[in-house]
Amino acid sequence: MEGVKFTGVPSAEELANCPGVPSEERKKKGRVACVECVQEIPCNPCEGICKFGAITIGEQITNLPCLHEEKCTGCGLCVANCPGLAITIVDKSYSETEGTVDFPFEYLPLPNKGDVVDAVSRGGEVVCKGTVLAVTKVKSYAGTAVVRLAVPMEYVDVVRSMKRLPRN
Amino acid sequence: MKIKEVDVAIVGAGSAGLSAAYQAATAGAKVLVMDENRLPGGQLFKQIHKFFGSRAHQAGTRGYVIGQQLLERVEKSGAEVWLNTLVYGMQKDCSLGVIHDGEHYVVKAKKVIIATGAKENYLAFPGSTLPGVMGAGAAQTMINVNRVLPGQRIMMLGSGNVGLIVSYQLMQAGADVVALVEAAPGIGGYGVHAGKIRRAGVPFYVSHTIKEVIGKDEVEKVTIVQVDSKFQQIPGTEKTFDVDTLCLAVGLNPMTELIWMAGCEFCFIPAFGGHVPLHDRNMETSVAGLYVAGDVTGVEEASSAMEEGNMAGVAAAEALGYLSAEDAAAKKAEITGRLNTLRSGQFGEKRRVAKEQQLQYMADYQAKKGGSL
Repeated sequence: MEGVKFTGVPSAEELANCPGVPSEERKKKGRVACVECVQEIPCNPCEGICKFGAITIGEQITNLPCLHEEKCTGCGLCVANCPGLAITIVDKSYSETEGTVDFPFEYLPLPNKGDVVDAVSRGGEVVCKGTVLAVTKVKSYAGTAVVRLAVPMEYVDVVRSMKRLPRN
Repeated sequence: MKIKEVDVAIVGAGSAGLSAAYQAATAGAKVLVMDENRLPGGQLFKQIHKFFGSRAHQAGTRGYVIGQQLLERVEKSGAEVWLNTLVYGMQKDCSLGVIHDGEHYVVKAKKVIIATGAKENYLAFPGSTLPGVMGAGAAQTMINVNRVLPGQRIMMLGSGNVGLIVSYQLMQAGADVVALVEAAPGIGGYGVHAGKIRRAGVPFYVSHTIKEVIGKDEVEKVTIVQVDSKFQQIPGTEKTFDVDTLCLAVGLNPMTELIWMAGCEFCFIPAFGGHVPLHDRNMETSVAGLYVAGDVTGVEEASSAMEEGNMAGVAAAEALGYLSAEDAAAKKAEITGRLNTLRSGQFGEKRRVAKEQQLQYMADYQAKKGGSL
């Protein structure tokens, strides 16, 4: 059986119908939030944290978050503030061959800028190598680090995290 | 034996009990909260993840921070908190038998609020008594309160939010979760929680259960087996994993012992974890002056527990004359609005229906009792 209810991984169909996922054209223009929230759960911090009104949920807090891609600046505040860790920032304008993915990461040790790490898909499979461009952990992220990886362009829509690093 | 007299006595210093204490004490009531643990906060201080819910419920804030904020508010409110305190019994008049600081007390209160929470369900299978088989909540207490890793290679049984969240936290604490096993055909908890542990490489086995745990003195291996639509094991589908710990996240049941002692009316609601006390919209039970709040009224989650605690605290303060009917009505309307929000959506619907049923049973009981008087 496919889908988030059976595997923990949203199916292609669930993602296609998800109002939080940006268009291909928008991703090619630069950094944009990708809100992969496909179940109606009572949760709305993303709406409140966005200063640009780019994510709306409305009065009924079980509504799915809706991305208004033209308003999104790709600032990334929502990435660390989503309790479900369901938001990434994707960018297909990074270079001719590479794009970037910013994702929340709550495991120690954190990677360092410049490290080459194993990039993983939504299902946890290692799909390619990624270069760490930035690791951001500021107070407003409340303990969640955000890692930015550069990955081959064809993996921008696939990579959603990195393999945990071994503990010393 | 000492006598302690207060306006409002609250049993349980978790999400619900502390919220009730804050409301009642802020309104001006003399409040005593008792808890058998050495630290207040109930389960809140174990919750290192960011909470869901609305921003009104501090969604996005980690559970232990919400616990700290609640505790600070209670301390400022003037409510007294007795920790390491055992409430072992309740008389029909709602006076409480209490052991505190090595002394025996009878606590007499005008209103009593029971907020004792819930306890973990257990499951029996061959090998289930071996050391290394434990409740998921117990494992969570070990890692997040006592900073002890229960094992290195862990299997989780149960895919409700507890099973999913504790799996994630065990990995954050440095363990490997080798598999998550669920007897139902689908994942019970939120997809986003499941997604976190999938990205970390944890495989899910839905429609599977534990066949046996193998080990001499402790857990060494666990064999799982697929089940059919009637939850019967399918021979030949066994898989064996090397694990040192098996966590059971197979539901909770309300800790209702004190409420039974007082002679409250109960109903049986499987969605709430079993027998739960009847209560009205003020959280008052069939025994006048006895209120309930939180998981003891039916297993839900921390935000609903806090709101039920708020409701019980406001209602008790109003009944004692510390709040005007007008002020109380305004507060209750706000709380009810937030509770309705928490019980909405595809995951909240079942709890909303169950709560309406429980309230209806209470209304039926009151009508019947009123008729016979």
